[in-house]
Amino acid sequence: MAEGAIGGYFKRRVLAVQEFSDLMGNALRLAFTPPRYLTDLLYQMDAIGFGSLPIVLLTGFSMGSVLALQTYRTLANFGEVGLLGQAVSVSFVRELGPVLTGLMVVARNSSSIASELGSMLVSEQVDAMRALGTDPLRKLVAPRLYATLLTLPLLVILSDIVGMLGGSIVSVYTAHLSAEQYWTAAYQALDSSDVFQGLIKPVLFAPVIAVVGCYCGLHTSGGTEGVGRSTTQAVVVASVLILVLDFLITKFLIGIKFA
Amino acid sequence: MPVSPAVELSNVWVFFEEKAVLSDVSLTLESGGTLALLGVTGTGKSVLLKVILGLIKPDAGEVWVEGHNLTPLADADLAPYRRRMGMVFQEGALFDSLSVFENVAFPLREQGMRDEAAIEQRVREVLGFVEMEHAIDKMPSELSGGMRRRVAIARATVSQPCLMLYDSPTAGLDPVTSHTINVLLAKLRDLNSVTTLFVTHRLQDAFTLANYVYSPETRDLVPAGSDGVGRAPVHCRFLVLRDGKVYFQGTSLELARSEDLYLRKFIA
Repeated sequence: MAEGAIGGYFKRRVLAVQEFSDLMGNALRLAFTPPRYLTDLLYQMDAIGFGSLPIVLLTGFSMGSVLALQTYRTLANFGEVGLLGQAVSVSFVRELGPVLTGLMVVARNSSSIASELGSMLVSEQVDAMRALGTDPLRKLVAPRLYATLLTLPLLVILSDIVGMLGGSIVSVYTAHLSAEQYWTAAYQALDSSDVFQGLIKPVLFAPVIAVVGCYCGLHTSGGTEGVGRSTTQAVVVASVLILVLDFLITKFLIGIKFA
Repeated sequence: MPVSPAVELSNVWVFFEEKAVLSDVSLTLESGGTLALLGVTGTGKSVLLKVILGLIKPDAGEVWVEGHNLTPLADADLAPYRRRMGMVFQEGALFDSLSVFENVAFPLREQGMRDEAAIEQRVREVLGFVEMEHAIDKMPSELSGGMRRRVAIARATVSQPCLMLYDSPTAGLDPVTSHTINVLLAKLRDLNSVTTLFVTHRLQDAFTLANYVYSPETRDLVPAGSDGVGRAPVHCRFLVLRDGKVYFQGTSLELARSEDLYLRKFIA
């Protein structure tokens, strides 16, 4: 009895992975064949990209400032306060920018995608769409996936910039470095591998953020209560996947000596 | 050459996990006819409509629409057939984020219509048919239950389908609004010769649509055959589902005269 239940649980998990991969693969593939929903894509880019801007900028600025404050205390012990710009820029561009932005976009968008699609599913709007001859994968999933893919790297770049800006303000007013000293150290510390690592991560995070939201939304069951469950599930699963993916990408890039 | 039935289901089975939701269901609906699908809640009526539309694939059996076997077709290949059918869902299933105009225009845009003036003209025409033109700019959240159903009917009929499927179109509505919806169903069926399949819990609605026709003169329902224009009686059949199985198929008279205890209880 217990063995059957455990077997059933693992079967469902494997099936979920298979369905998730199918959904992602099909949504990516659909961009190459008509019909394409460009208006929906622009609308989603506005909702996901522009809509996430305030929280991403606020988080980036706040974390850049805090990172500079904490690092300053450590560097001051070694008399190396001049390296503050380097510490902030490398940490932000390689790691904090992509991961924090990814998590913020998960919190804001995976949840809203899951709840929107979940509500559409339970109120039969998805069935209505299919009944009218429209493929929900093209109309609902693909625009959200590509909107996230196009806007997340831009959000990460902006987060990196405001993070370093926050660090520079702390450096000038707390560590009493000149702005020129801070920005020179920050700029010189960065090389192409840092920038590559910082930009490849959002490109790989974006499909996870969008498709987890879509998958959870489109697999909602149990009415409005189920919508709430799907929303929570989307945030938890996408956040965990981002952290795991971040580790794997970093490990891989270090392994091939690119980072 | 014999005309193919509008809908034909042969020995359809649908399982949800281990449970048979539809068991060996067979039915035929002739072109231009009306079929009232009755049954208690959870007996598979809505599933049956979704099977006809191809939204749910049968686990066994075949679904034929206008002489085409839809059973082996993938979702993408079903689109042209679905456009010849209109479906009105239980709560209307209007797209929340779109206005009434955009909801009704949705099927036209999906079919590749780009001429905005032609789209607006057609949308206004069909909203006029359901007497909802005044709500063209409203959002679905601003509409009452009855208004939502009427807009849903407009959206389903904007592409001029030859088969209309209604899932409990009067559920949860007051008697006056229910009558308005019934008039609309009959109007669509009688003026546009649309084949009609409707699910209902309300036996009264089914008998109304079986025995009354729409009269353009009175803009209301009149007993079939008595509207002064020589309209033939309605070809309406009744089908009762019980636990996913076809329990009864026949005319309204046969149903009314049945001595079967379950049917007596059902129509009481």
